[in-house]
Amino acid sequence: MKILVPVKRVIDYNVKVRIKQDGSDVDLSNTKMSINPFCEIAVEEALRLREAGTASEVIAVCIGPKIVKEQILAALAMGADRAIRIDVEEQPEPLVIARLLAKVAEQEDAGLIMMGKQAIDSDNNQVGQMLAGIMGRPQGTFASVVKIEGDEALVTREVDGGLQTVALKLPAIVTADLRLNEPRFTTLPDIMKAKRKPIAETTAADLGVEVTSTQQQLSVAAPATRQAGIKVASVDELVDKLKNEAKVI
Amino acid sequence: MSVLVYAEHDNASLKTETHKLVNAAQKMGGDIHVLVAGEGCQAVAEAAAQIDGVAKVLVADNAAYKHQLAENTADLVVELAADYSHIVAAATTTGKNFMPRVAALLDVAQISDIIGVESEDTFVRPIYAGNAIATVQSSDAKKVITVRAASFDVATTDGSAEVTSLDVVKGSEKSDFVSAELTESERPELTAAEVVISGGRGMQNGDNFKLLEGIADKLGAAIGASRAAVDAGFVPNDMQVGQTGKIVAPQLYIAVGISGAIQHLAGMKDSKVIVAINKDEEAPIFQVADYGLVGDLFDVLPELENSL
Repeated sequence: MKILVPVKRVIDYNVKVRIKQDGSDVDLSNTKMSINPFCEIAVEEALRLREAGTASEVIAVCIGPKIVKEQILAALAMGADRAIRIDVEEQPEPLVIARLLAKVAEQEDAGLIMMGKQAIDSDNNQVGQMLAGIMGRPQGTFASVVKIEGDEALVTREVDGGLQTVALKLPAIVTADLRLNEPRFTTLPDIMKAKRKPIAETTAADLGVEVTSTQQQLSVAAPATRQAGIKVASVDELVDKLKNEAKVI
Repeated sequence: MSVLVYAEHDNASLKTETHKLVNAAQKMGGDIHVLVAGEGCQAVAEAAAQIDGVAKVLVADNAAYKHQLAENTADLVVELAADYSHIVAAATTTGKNFMPRVAALLDVAQISDIIGVESEDTFVRPIYAGNAIATVQSSDAKKVITVRAASFDVATTDGSAEVTSLDVVKGSEKSDFVSAELTESERPELTAAEVVISGGRGMQNGDNFKLLEGIADKLGAAIGASRAAVDAGFVPNDMQVGQTGKIVAPQLYIAVGISGAIQHLAGMKDSKVIVAINKDEEAPIFQVADYGLVGDLFDVLPELENSL
């Protein structure tokens, strides 16, 4: 079984974002970029399934301009066998991404698509579910445990009240939550080796997908800042303030 | 033009999120219909019928919907979608799970986790872990939307909508419920609580979370945690507040032994009053706290409990 792992290039999770002066978007110039942390967890899980003998090949897919090669190489250095880059100028909307990934998944006949539950830039949490809908496949979102048993994937999901386990008929789509695993570190030899791994390139047109957009970002603003608070000296003062000033207890 | 609101419930009772969804839906305009999909969920439907502003409650009561699996739920919602301009669900793990599937099946985009409604086609939502707020306009014929319930008020309950049963049964062969392991708690639910007290890595171990319990009981508070506390195994993951956990906006949020990483702030910085208790006076949490107390939580917590 082949596992397809979509990875996204996003602002590094430690960087505090800046908003552009004109309020049109966030400013990503000269900003450190990385693989989205959830995508990294998905790559790790795919590699573990291959190492356990469940999967034969792990293929990383990344959508974006040439620069996303940095993130592709990071996934290859972790251990993905090969990669596909879908060339587009700008990051398309989730529905278009799902359509593109559906085409690649069909071409590759992927038995499992393992991906992150959300990207930390747009915070949408949509693509995996949309992909499952488009392909008519079952979905296991927010996974904290993934077991492949025969033609089924047993996925334990992190839900609001605790955990839920579902059984999915393969082929399926699984999205990774934070606690699924701890991604491995890569070493210099891994990175050198990654440079020799194949990266195929394709375009939206090749895949027969039109890059359309139905959402327009009218403005981006900084969140309302909170008024500076005060430091209290004792528990008594704290309780007094909460009772008499803030009136919340 | 009308709005279909997917009710958040556990088959036995209707969750407060639903009341907040109705409030959000009222800002979109048109008739509001609430869909209750589950098994043995008549009581939920009756509760939904009492929410002001609801014109009709649709009940799909069938074993296929008991666990609200994405495959079955999405197919049901898609079947009903023709009559609605807006389809709305809470940005809970249930809503986040099936709604994008609905959107894809309807061939439209989704707008996730909205915190404001500007007009019928323009919505406000946080991006980059809440560090930027985007205003987004959608040109899709149908708007598929998940709502951050914490950002809306609870709709009142003097209504008496008509309750209609649906006989649509959608059961996918491709997925099955196996088991659930739910956390038992007597306390209010994290996302609905008026007061939340959360512990972080500074709590040092799971047993020390007991120090929060007495205070939580006195304040009628829910107990939360930072990712560090969850990852360290102190408490279960469903207690996590943050970008990847739950988003809360209570009247009072007390952060104990939490440094205040961006990802944690994303989950609680819309709380009305924030209190930070931390021994590191440089901790970033003090930048968002209305009241900060620099001190050792092991001294402060028992004293706080006594003084309440």
